[in-house]
Amino acid sequence: MQVTLQKAFVKIDKEQCKGCTLCIETCPVDVLKISDRFNSRGYHYTEYVGDGCTGCGVCFYACPEPGAITVYKRGAIVDEEVLSEA
Amino acid sequence: MPKQLMKGNEAVVRGAILAGCRAFFGYPITPASEIAEAAALLMPEVGGVFIQAESEVAAINMLFGAASGGVRAMTASSSPGISLMQEGVSYAAGAELPMVIVDVMRGGPGLGNIAPEQGDYYQVVKGGGHGNYKVIVLAPNSVQEMCDLTYLAFDLAEKYRNPVYVLADGFIGQMVEPVEFPEPKLPQIDKTWCVDGTAETRHNLITSIYLAPEELEQHNLRLKEKYDRIKREEVRYEAYKVDDAELVLVGYGIVSRILKSVVDIMRGDGYKVGLLRPITLFPFPDEKIREIAKTAQVFLVVELSTGQMVDDVKLALNGMREVKFYGRCGGMVPSAEEIIEQVKSIFEELEKEIEHQK
Amino acid sequence: MATTILKKPSTFYEVFTRKPDADKINTHYCPGCGHGKLHKLIAEAIEDLGIQDRVIIINPVGCSVFLYYYFDTGHIQVAHGRAPAVATGIKRVHPHSIVISYQGDGDLAAIGGNEILHAANRGEHITVFFVNNAIYGMTGGQMAPTTLPGMKTTTTPRGRDIHNEGYPLKMAELIATLEAPVYVERVALTDAKNMAKARKAVRKAIQIQVEGKGFAFVEALSACPTGWGMNPPDAERWINEVMTKYFPLGVFKDISDKVEPVKFERKILTPEDIKKAIGIDGGEITQVKKYQRNTVAEKYKNPKIKIAGFGGQGILLLGLVLTQAGMLEEYHVSWLPSYGPEMRGGTANCHVNISETEIASPLVSIPTVLIVMNRPSLEKFERTVKPGGIIFYDNSLIDIEPSRKDVEVVAVPATKIADDLGSTKVANMVMIGAYIGYTGILTKESVFDALDMMVKRKEFNELNRRAVEAGMKFVM
Ligand SMILES: Cc1ncc(C[n+]2csc(CCOP(=O)(O)OP(=O)(O)O)c2C)c(N)n1
Ligand code: SF4
Ligand code: SF4
Ligand code: SF4
Repeated sequence: MQVTLQKAFVKIDKEQCKGCTLCIETCPVDVLKISDRFNSRGYHYTEYVGDGCTGCGVCFYACPEPGAITVYKRGAIVDEEVLSEA
Repeated sequence: MPKQLMKGNEAVVRGAILAGCRAFFGYPITPASEIAEAAALLMPEVGGVFIQAESEVAAINMLFGAASGGVRAMTASSSPGISLMQEGVSYAAGAELPMVIVDVMRGGPGLGNIAPEQGDYYQVVKGGGHGNYKVIVLAPNSVQEMCDLTYLAFDLAEKYRNPVYVLADGFIGQMVEPVEFPEPKLPQIDKTWCVDGTAETRHNLITSIYLAPEELEQHNLRLKEKYDRIKREEVRYEAYKVDDAELVLVGYGIVSRILKSVVDIMRGDGYKVGLLRPITLFPFPDEKIREIAKTAQVFLVVELSTGQMVDDVKLALNGMREVKFYGRCGGMVPSAEEIIEQVKSIFEELEKEIEHQK
Repeated sequence: MATTILKKPSTFYEVFTRKPDADKINTHYCPGCGHGKLHKLIAEAIEDLGIQDRVIIINPVGCSVFLYYYFDTGHIQVAHGRAPAVATGIKRVHPHSIVISYQGDGDLAAIGGNEILHAANRGEHITVFFVNNAIYGMTGGQMAPTTLPGMKTTTTPRGRDIHNEGYPLKMAELIATLEAPVYVERVALTDAKNMAKARKAVRKAIQIQVEGKGFAFVEALSACPTGWGMNPPDAERWINEVMTKYFPLGVFKDISDKVEPVKFERKILTPEDIKKAIGIDGGEITQVKKYQRNTVAEKYKNPKIKIAGFGGQGILLLGLVLTQAGMLEEYHVSWLPSYGPEMRGGTANCHVNISETEIASPLVSIPTVLIVMNRPSLEKFERTVKPGGIIFYDNSLIDIEPSRKDVEVVAVPATKIADDLGSTKVANMVMIGAYIGYTGILTKESVFDALDMMVKRKEFNELNRRAVEAGMKFVM
């Protein structure tokens, strides 16, 4: 089932994150934080605090890794599972 | 088609275009410049590309680019320019790109002079760049062969996906003789490996990197297999009156023409002299040399150098027969008469030895 | 509709199967490396422009040597610094392809300085992305041409000393001074504002190529946290605060709305067209005509001719005309010149063979015929003439006589005869006339036709012919 998002959110694939913190640094509303856990390659990874993302997209361009960050803006049409992962 | 009088360097470009070559990248240098000049004139006429590069380094890399596109492409230079191209040739051999390089040799080392020499044998036949690689080397000795061997070079380059040299000297390049031209081939592109900016070739990669040692070893071994196949299948030579020859002259390029005169003159005087002319310098006609050695007693290698190809003759014979050398260099070219003297003195020595053994 | 999801651009491979290590989803770059940020902008632009099939990326030597792991496009991996030359080669033979040269500062500004300048100056239709991280990343942090004064690197352990290493090279400024480049901008791969500008610049630089407008160059100030020994946020701040002082951001040149797009068209030729285009279709030259040979006295048959004189006397042409005429009469022929600076002002000579049988050596060391048109040539070559041979010399210029008694000697006042005809220049033609008239080796008819073929400027035909005839008349 597909749904239209009512609010933006950001998804970070922890296995593709190298913990460089550039996204955290750049987020204007400060909703990203570094985890104290490690991913399988030994990096502290970044997490979304779960609320407050405006979907501005600047973290996406700040991130050097091709697929670490996906930003879903308000109004995006996505599969339900995507939402549930968020 | 009627024969046409033409300069060697100009015949090269005709041979190339007839073989379907549509791109030339070069940098002027005597005595090879007429090749670039003819290409500048003719390439645009056949829908091809000509660029005068900023250096030989750039020229060989432009050639690398065009060759990556599966287009028949070439460059031409002379000794110092070839030195600069060696990096690119190594990359092309590693990436297995077909390309044709014409070297119209001049005198060295350093700036040397612009007179004919054969001092590039080592740097061309033995590699010159880094790594385990081989290039096919064709050595024309007439204007007709400047055309024909360039024409052939493109087929060989593509067949083996490997750089092929046409190794000439200042004389062959500047000489004018009648030429009969082969039939034109139309350009074709093999999309299985090249990149040409289409969906079919999007997944192709031209590279010489193999980061993992195991992989690079495998790559080298595969290349070696290819070179071995070339050795088996592509040896070309001209053997002239060698069957009953006691002394066999060995020479390539312009030297072989002089040696042929020597054979004709000396046969007239009753000397049993023959000539072996390698047409491919790699692959070298080792086997033919060993076969001739069954009957011939001594070999005289003549080069416009202080002795380079002579090493390969010695390696081929591996001590089976005596190998003598006579060379001139710096642009000095031996006359037939000069070589005849050498041959006569070798025959005298031989007789003395035979006397001695009695 | 504006994009509502920002995700990994489809230009990237889903899985990086070309990567040799076990990890096939992450790049090989260090955390916070600017290369990855630029990759993403390029990948996105390619996706949005819908040109993925057409793109060929030139992979340099440097940390970005493995671009082919990531981009699902055509790739050529090349030697250090040579990317612009390779890009030139592939773009010229496949103008429809979109060629992107991606290079570091060592690659582009040091070892490849010549290649980039000339590709830019030719206005190659390529897009160049230049990653300026002020250091050699791949080889472990040595000085780059863009290393800032005072900056410590492994090869400037005391800091870059401008008296020893010179100043950092400002490539964008340098390229922008050239006539051909269409678009030159410097951006910084740092904060949100700079990334937005960089994103626009990347698109524009590729768009210019798609539109056939010419050379576009984007220099990107890029973090190398590892080489600089900084954490990624500090590295980006350092770019903004320190690097941009030396390397100011902005557009240095943009003539993209002024240049006319180039349409690339390919000529398609038939085999007959090709022969015609390269002048081997026969053209005016036809072998249809049969030439009657003269009967030639035995001693003049199969001449090995050496011709010598000053440069400018038409020595080489003299030989070529004999060679061409010989060929028309279906002899075997060859012509070999002395070449190079010798021809410019000094002496010139050439060797000609005209033979009933195949010619072994084209070199004439012992001529049977010597034609000399100045004194030094006579002095130099007289002794080489074969006993029983023949010497033709221009006695209007040579004030000595040949001393050999075992050869025939023919004195021809060629220059004087030529002068009387109205042009000193045709002395060489007088010599031809004298030689063929005396020996009968070639007919006047074949020589005249050879002249028509060899002499491009037709207004000389008449005079040349009269000169040949005057030479013949003189000896007969
Ligand atoms: C002919 C040659 N010389 C030297 C090298 C070694 N080398 C590899 S990468 C490199 C410098 C790369 O620096 P840069 O272009 O700035 O790229 P970065 O790694 O910083 O991205 C050098 C000197 C080489 N591969 N080839
Ligand atoms: S999209 Fe904007 S607001 Fe949302 S996490 Fe990224 S930077 Fe922060
Ligand atoms: S920018 Fe990317 S790699 Fe760096 S911490 Fe954020 S998500 Fe991870
Ligand atoms: S060394 Fe520097 S340029 Fe290379 S990957 Fe690491 S951060 Fe990037």
